[in-house]
Amino acid sequence: MGVDRELPTSEAYDLLELTRDLVAAELAPRAAADEEAGRFPREVFRTLGRAGLLGLPYPEEFGGGGQPYEVYLQVVEELAAGWLAVGLGVSVHTLACFPVAAYSSDEQRRRLLPDLIGGELLGAYCLSEPHSGSDAAALSTKAYLDAGAYTINGTKAWITHGGHADFYTLFARTAPDKGRGVSCFHVPADTRGVRAAPPEKKMGLRSSPTAQLHFDDVRVPEGDRIGVEGQGLPIALSALDGGRLGIAACAVGVAQAALDTAVAYARERRQFGQRVADFQGMRFMLADMATGVAAARALYLTAARRRDAGRPYGAQAAMAKLFATDTAMRVATDAVQVLGGYGYVSDFPAERFMREAKVLQIVEGTNQIQRMVIGRHLTDPR
Amino acid sequence: MNIVVCVKQVPDTATERKLRSDDKTLDREAADGVINELDEYAVEEALTIKEAHGGEVTVLTMGPEKASESIRKALAMGADKAVHLSDEALHGSDALSTSYALAQVLKKIGFDIVLLGSESTDARTGMLAAMLSERLGVPQVTLANKVEIDGSSLKAQRLTDYGFDRVEASLPAVVSVVEKINEPRYPSFKGIMAAKKKPVEKLAVADAEIDAAKVGLAGASTEVVDFADAPPREKGQIVKDEGDGGVKVAEFLASKKFI
Ligand SMILES: Cc1cc2nc3c(=O)[nH]c(=O)nc-3n(C[C@H](O)[C@H](O)[C@@H](O)COP(=O)(O)OP(=O)(O)OC[C@H]3O[C@@H](n4cnc5c(N)ncnc54)[C@H](O)[C@@H]3O)c2cc1C
Ligand SMILES: Cc1cc2nc3c(=O)[nH]c(=O)nc-3n(C[C@H](O)[C@H](O)[C@H](O)COP(=O)(O)OP(=O)(O)OC[C@H]3O[C@@H](n4cnc5c(N)ncnc54)[C@H](O)[C@@H]3O)c2cc1C
Repeated sequence: MGVDRELPTSEAYDLLELTRDLVAAELAPRAAADEEAGRFPREVFRTLGRAGLLGLPYPEEFGGGGQPYEVYLQVVEELAAGWLAVGLGVSVHTLACFPVAAYSSDEQRRRLLPDLIGGELLGAYCLSEPHSGSDAAALSTKAYLDAGAYTINGTKAWITHGGHADFYTLFARTAPDKGRGVSCFHVPADTRGVRAAPPEKKMGLRSSPTAQLHFDDVRVPEGDRIGVEGQGLPIALSALDGGRLGIAACAVGVAQAALDTAVAYARERRQFGQRVADFQGMRFMLADMATGVAAARALYLTAARRRDAGRPYGAQAAMAKLFATDTAMRVATDAVQVLGGYGYVSDFPAERFMREAKVLQIVEGTNQIQRMVIGRHLTDPR
Repeated sequence: MNIVVCVKQVPDTATERKLRSDDKTLDREAADGVINELDEYAVEEALTIKEAHGGEVTVLTMGPEKASESIRKALAMGADKAVHLSDEALHGSDALSTSYALAQVLKKIGFDIVLLGSESTDARTGMLAAMLSERLGVPQVTLANKVEIDGSSLKAQRLTDYGFDRVEASLPAVVSVVEKINEPRYPSFKGIMAAKKKPVEKLAVADAEIDAAKVGLAGASTEVVDFADAPPREKGQIVKDEGDGGVKVAEFLASKKFI
């Protein structure tokens, strides 16, 4: 099969081919069994890292791939089509590197960035808390500066790669002001006082560990604060603009995989003496699924190209996330329907895609929050 | 250590492969070209040897323009440079003349060790290593599943029907490998980018002092006189079990001389 893509350079075609090879050889053979067992495939991320896939959109001078978002996101899409836990993992890692890449000092960038994006390390992004989800600015984890270091106390919730990551990009309160009192920190995972709770038991995406993280008197040198004090929330939100495109790409990957599964099945399965694909009722359903996938891909690529051109893209990213994840949910649900009873059992991947699609409507801003963002751009533009 | 890896581009075994009706050679345009799978193992072994002993890895390919894709892949894996022997005169060469042409290039560029796959997936003669070593007057070690370089000699393990042979040879030598020897690395994205800037030397037959009369269809000492498509698979025979299914299956197997 394989999606026919428009890519800007010949090396981008090579990169996508490398990605498909990796998916076929390293992801596809184990995805179903590892999801069933809830196993986190850390070695797969090492393989991807060595192939150069954990720093694609970051500058080459620091060891990144120097790729535009337009290309990076299509890599994420291919990975997610093979295994959402891996595609989403790459997206979250890339998100966790963003504050250092975009907001740190030259000294910090030289010191930290090559390791973060070099491929051996895996990152996590720590914003949500048990009592602050959609209302991220209400976070209560605290950081006090004293003698050249911050002391951090609090609990983060829902942290992808929690307990497995090598570094945490952490948002904590340095002042009472809700929006302007948050700061961003780089925290190596082996820092004293960082402790992960047992991972959550999830409906899907089970190979991606999600855990609470406790910070007990964790000392972070002042030099590992990213940006100035109080800049944390703007950093978090601008990171999420890019992150949302990653989630949109993941959604398109899952939807494409569900569509491919449905089409392949409908062409094989016979009822009433003909292929199920030959019933117009089925064929129209497949046509709607394919149209949704293509539209979702076009929307995230439009937003990505705006970002690559240095233009504002926040509203477009929110639209892409909203539309792509809702589309993935619908397409995956329809794929289960196309497979009939076989769609509902785990011998076929359709039910897994349906469980995977659901989480994408929730993470990195629920789809209600995306509508809020889009609405704000419409009615109260800055 | 001057390491040369012979890399052949072959039609993807996953696509339909065809012979041309006009001159009965492989239709190399009809199918996607890929690196002969075993040659990836040879490249990996070359890179491993280089990492341990230093030196340079050169990819050597004889094939049409399109074969440059496979050269790029080997370069992306980490080989340093490539020599691409490409000339209309070579079209239709058989194993004997291919080995002559490759040997001429090898004499010209020099080598301490030449690595090959033990056979290709298209022509599968499996003779190139032996022919090359004969033409170059150096030892051959075929079907290697382990190679260790020790100064000016090499120790290898050869896969055999009964287990393996342990052999030693002086360098320079020709070595062909089997897939048990290693696990080929993926090219990295940086490797892909770097490969675009690595030197690929294009040679025509004259550049390598190859006598054009000894290669190509005209110079071949074997000729493909005829070919036929593989017969379509026959319809299976269905045995209905009416209490005697086991007997019927046994009779069927006996009639085909399986039991
Ligand atoms: C369908 C078909 C039938 C043929 N029948 C005959 C025949 O009956 N008799 C005959 O003499 N020839 C025949 N040929 C042609 C001939 O075998 C090959 O073209 C020739 O290159 C020998 O290669 P091989 O693939 O058999 O070599 P093998 O010995 O099977 O290949 C071993 C290794 O040699 C190296 N190598 C092989 N070819 C090249 C190359 N072009 N460039 C660089 N490295 C290379 C690779 O490392 C490869 O892994 C046939 C070709 C085809 C396609
Ligand atoms: C698998 C998984 C992985 C995650 N990974 C990470 C991670 O790596 N890092 C991280 O920081 N977080 C992560 N999260 C957290 C995720 O971002 C939050 O779950 C999400 O932001 C929603 O927050 P909440 O769960 O607290 O829901 P709430 O904010 O409590 O929302 C509950 C419901 O109310 C709705 N709602 C809330 N506010 C409004 C409003 N103003 N208008 C209309 N409706 C509203 C929501 O849409 C939702 O339907 C992860 C979550 C999951 C499930």
